[in-house]
Amino acid sequence: MSTTDLTSLEPGQTATIVKLRAEVGLHQRLHALGFRPGQQVLMLRRAWLNGPLHVRLGTTEVMLRCQEAKGVYTAKAEQ
Amino acid sequence: MKQIAVLGMPNTGKSTLFNRLTGFNRLTGANAKIGNWPGITVELMMAHLQLGEERAELVDLPGIYDLRGFSEDESVVRRFLEHTPLHLVLIILNMTQIDRQLSLALQVKNLHLPGVLLLNMADEAAKFGVDVDVKVIAEHLGMPVIPISAKYGQGFETAYRTISNALKQQEEPRLVNAIEKCLVPEQQLADAMSSLVRDAVHIKARVKENWTTRLDRILLHPVFGLPIFFGIMFLLFQGVYALGTPLQDKLGNLLDWFRSVALEPLLGGLPSFLKGFLLDGIYNGVGTVASFVPVIFLFFLFMAIVEDSGYLSRSAFLMDALMARLGLDGRSFVMSLMGFGCNVPAIMGTRVMRSPGLRMLTMLVIPFSLCSARLNVFLFMITALFTPRTAPVVLFSLYLFSFVAAILTAALFKGRFPNKEPFVLELPPYRFPTIKHMIVSSWCQAKKFLLWSRRFIILGVVAIWALNNLPPNVPPASPQTLSGMIGQLTQPVLAPLGINPQLAVALIFGFVAKEIVLGGLAVIYGKAEGSDLMGAIAHQIDWVQAYSFMLFTLLYVPCLSTVAVLKSESKSWKFALLSVAWSVGLAWVASFIFYQGARALGF
Repeated sequence: MSTTDLTSLEPGQTATIVKLRAEVGLHQRLHALGFRPGQQVLMLRRAWLNGPLHVRLGTTEVMLRCQEAKGVYTAKAEQ
Repeated sequence: MKQIAVLGMPNTGKSTLFNRLTGFNRLTGANAKIGNWPGITVELMMAHLQLGEERAELVDLPGIYDLRGFSEDESVVRRFLEHTPLHLVLIILNMTQIDRQLSLALQVKNLHLPGVLLLNMADEAAKFGVDVDVKVIAEHLGMPVIPISAKYGQGFETAYRTISNALKQQEEPRLVNAIEKCLVPEQQLADAMSSLVRDAVHIKARVKENWTTRLDRILLHPVFGLPIFFGIMFLLFQGVYALGTPLQDKLGNLLDWFRSVALEPLLGGLPSFLKGFLLDGIYNGVGTVASFVPVIFLFFLFMAIVEDSGYLSRSAFLMDALMARLGLDGRSFVMSLMGFGCNVPAIMGTRVMRSPGLRMLTMLVIPFSLCSARLNVFLFMITALFTPRTAPVVLFSLYLFSFVAAILTAALFKGRFPNKEPFVLELPPYRFPTIKHMIVSSWCQAKKFLLWSRRFIILGVVAIWALNNLPPNVPPASPQTLSGMIGQLTQPVLAPLGINPQLAVALIFGFVAKEIVLGGLAVIYGKAEGSDLMGAIAHQIDWVQAYSFMLFTLLYVPCLSTVAVLKSESKSWKFALLSVAWSVGLAWVASFIFYQGARALGF
């Protein structure tokens, strides 16, 4: 199990959030949307031209730019 | 009167709930109003709520994630709670997402405010396999908890009863003194929430496949997603104008008919100057505004469908990659697109953006969208001066200029309006909008448009009438009238663009509304609208002048309504003036380059 950030996830892959690193406002927003250590996150799709990511956490679906996703550290589930 | 505040996270159906609770009154507008509150500068919607004999005032607070949050909305809510004594806080959460939203209810509990928790979208929660033990949560929070569906009205009887009981028990209003001190640190809150969720919430096996995932696979497709989006938008514009323009014409005819059968005989005895002022000035002013209502209403109706269905946030996903490079984001694109119908609702639509920089930049870009009013002017001039074969190319080139101007504006000003806001957006599941909600909300918006645009358009029409008829002893619209003199005055500036005094006066009229440009030309050239006018114009100017005129019309201030809404939305005259100055400047430069360039090339 290796730690990477959310941007390295391929569509269809699931990972577990390990920690968040973001400025305090963004941290709070991510937290409120369900980005929390221990939470499973599923990568649904990536937009074209390096656009935003579309992920699912529990029953919530969120889009976020790669810039923001870099602060979400994840551990990929074993293949 | 007792005070209730409605508090909830974004996308929990808070405004649907507000509409339903205050219900019928909102439609007539007799009850709901926008109020100013101590300590905060933004306006909040409020309405009266009748509970048996008791009447309460319900205030709709902006949707927030966290009472300790840093966004503008979050500080508005904090200041509101610290300045307004309340009898009850109505908390509304999305039941499907209760596992992450309970934190807000826990925070209200920490503030020791009397609360009632409504778990909205109970119908959706059942579909997603979310099962909530309401009793456990109520016990833990020390407040009543009721599952409801604001959209379909389930659970409302219980909700009314509970709210009215809670109000009865609360004689004196409560005020929170120092919110920060009452709230617990994030980790402690997160722990409290997870333990409560463990005890009271059961989420059955994850839903892997549903409506939303299936639709997303098509609509957010990496290759087909964008073409599908443009197709849908194209149909939407077509729909608004295919349905709206005939209604607008009918309403216009009705108003003309009323004028000729009722007003003209009635005012027949008045001196002709006064009669002209009342009929051509004021009545036509009111008529111009009123005839816009069908289009505006349809616009908001279609926008409500796109928004409530969940597709609007998806289009932001599709376009964000391109917009990010211009300092904008996906939502800016959606609003600019809306601007091709009418700039005014598009600018009002930027309210969904939280970052002021992003909002301002988007509002600066929207006026370059070639709106339907400008399209009317262009179609007319193109028909008058170009052959049927070149006409479509000319029109297409104007659309192209519209895009170029928008992109140029964003690229030039993105440094002035930095958008540091991270772009993290929730994508709600697709939902069927209810007809009643759509009609109520679009009617409210159309009514707002009427209220604020009324004075501007009426004033503009009256002013034009006056300019054309003063001083009273010269022929109307002749060079001796005020408008004729103004036309002459503009020549040092506008002659290098090939714009003669007559066209210049039309441009000044167009500052009020582009719809008036045609009427203005008709008055000045002394002909009725239609083919005669076309002949007169074609006789006076050549195609280079006409194109220069159209380019100027495309780029300079869309209309006074747009300026007014830019001012009211940005709450800054400076910003509105910047937009006016930039667009007029750009229009002048573009027309100058075109006109002088074309002449230099021998055209």
